[in-house]
Amino acid sequence: MTALLSLQRISKRFRGLVAVDQVSFEVPEGALFAVIGPNGAGKTTLFNMIAGALAPDGGAITFAGEPIGGLPPDVVCRRGVGRTFQLVRPFPALSVEDNVIVGALLHRRDVGAARQRAQALLRRLDLFDKRHQIAATLTLPDRKRLEVARALATEPRLLLLDEVMAGLRPIETDRMVATLRELNRETGVTILLIEHVMRAVMALASRVVVLDHGTAIAQGAPEAIVRDPAVVQSYLGADLGSEAV
Amino acid sequence: MMADIVERLAGGVPRRSMLLLAALFVALLAAPWIFNDYLVTVLIVILYLAFTGQAWNVMMGFAGQLSLGNALYAGLGAYIAAALFTRFGIGPWLGFLAAMPVAAACGAAIGFLAFRFGVAGVYFAILTIACAEFARIGFDHLDVFNASAGLFLPVAQYAHNDLWHLRGDPTMFYYVILAATVVAFVLCRMLLKSRVGFYWLAIREDEQAARAAGIDSFRYKMYAVTISAAITSFAGVFYAFFYNNLFPEQVFNISRSIEMMLGPIIGGIGTLFGPILGAFVLTGLAETLDTAMGAFGLDLPGAKQVLYGICLLIVVVALPEGIWPWLSRRLGLTGAWR
Repeated sequence: MTALLSLQRISKRFRGLVAVDQVSFEVPEGALFAVIGPNGAGKTTLFNMIAGALAPDGGAITFAGEPIGGLPPDVVCRRGVGRTFQLVRPFPALSVEDNVIVGALLHRRDVGAARQRAQALLRRLDLFDKRHQIAATLTLPDRKRLEVARALATEPRLLLLDEVMAGLRPIETDRMVATLRELNRETGVTILLIEHVMRAVMALASRVVVLDHGTAIAQGAPEAIVRDPAVVQSYLGADLGSEAV
Repeated sequence: MMADIVERLAGGVPRRSMLLLAALFVALLAAPWIFNDYLVTVLIVILYLAFTGQAWNVMMGFAGQLSLGNALYAGLGAYIAAALFTRFGIGPWLGFLAAMPVAAACGAAIGFLAFRFGVAGVYFAILTIACAEFARIGFDHLDVFNASAGLFLPVAQYAHNDLWHLRGDPTMFYYVILAATVVAFVLCRMLLKSRVGFYWLAIREDEQAARAAGIDSFRYKMYAVTISAAITSFAGVFYAFFYNNLFPEQVFNISRSIEMMLGPIIGGIGTLFGPILGAFVLTGLAETLDTAMGAFGLDLPGAKQVLYGICLLIVVVALPEGIWPWLSRRLGLTGAWR
């Protein structure tokens, strides 16, 4: 498999603080790839650089063979990168369906066609019955699902998910994992996720990169990662069991 | 084709809303036969504010960009059409065709400056005020437009209504502004229900999230300010030919801009009916206060303004979303016109 997304030594500094320090990894097309690490490790900063919300201070980001580092977020999205936000940002006053229509209009001029696409995605994410509800009135798990639906509506080749499982109950997490697996299998969409919920990471990811203090300290299959002494030391703690939920 | 357009316009609108809308339209059509010239003139003012409010709403209500200087675009429309008429005898409709691109270009220039250089929120609002003020002071010194002496359109008794030159009695002006308000309403609904409308609302709600969904927010904000300016310029042309005199001090005054915003704010920002309802409520209130104070023999200077302000305050406190969202829920029309 060729790499769909490739990061080469990318860095980001906020004044004195080095948030991301020369991180490199490659995400193959069709992969389910996870970025884990403790709070403040630089995961969201990394995401924001891929999605165009922040310009990297150094290094290169290549998507589908083209450099995308420093491009504005709407351009990155049109190239085929969809994202969700860690702190969810649905369009609060719009209905659930209209939120997703906005995404679906990226590749469709016609609102009717976009609505059909939106409804199909809402069915898939269990939000169809709530499609006329105003987004601001949704519960957090529903808002997270709505963000995923809106990002998917833009038909991304790469989907960036920033902690979409956080705050979900185990049963909801399992449901989300199943949905993402299904999407990945059926549409071939590559998924790069930031996740704290190890239960989801273990169930979903084929490959994991671990960030700590802005550097990638380990990379590999999830089963190998959880046994890596450096990872256990910095992030997981001695007992993985307590992190499982 | 026609049926297609009607279907698209009326699609998803409950029957009750359609009936209500039809009743309102028929009532407005019949108004000049029922009311005297004075009341027709009041209705002209109401529809003028509904029209300009609708245009302002495109920027603020749809795209979330607060303009406090829409008088600029009306003023440009008024001055350009009036000058073409008085100097070259060019009629208002052709004058509008000349004025509209100028107003739209002005809006685009302001938008470009603001959106390209990250001037947003209140700073954008200040920029719009500054541009309108700049025009007010500039036109005070432009001899082509008679500077501060004012530009006057010839007023004569006309034997018949001349629609082409917009010379005639209030009834003719009434139907012109009614038609314009209907066109603006239909246009705004079409915009709101199309891709650009969805994109505007997304930008209004959360620009960062909108950009993450692939929306070129700069481009769509530019559309909003340009379209709003273009629509508003027609109001200016109408204003010039209805009032027949233009002074920079009045036309570009910030209170003109504020008048344009009050209707949608009171009626419901971002709704299609808000600007219309708001214009009726505000002008109706002002007229009622006038009559009531006359009837009670109250003649305190400023008392009307104080009462007017108190009434506005009550509406804003009680119904912060505006009257229309509340009223439409009351009428069981939830979501009908957004």
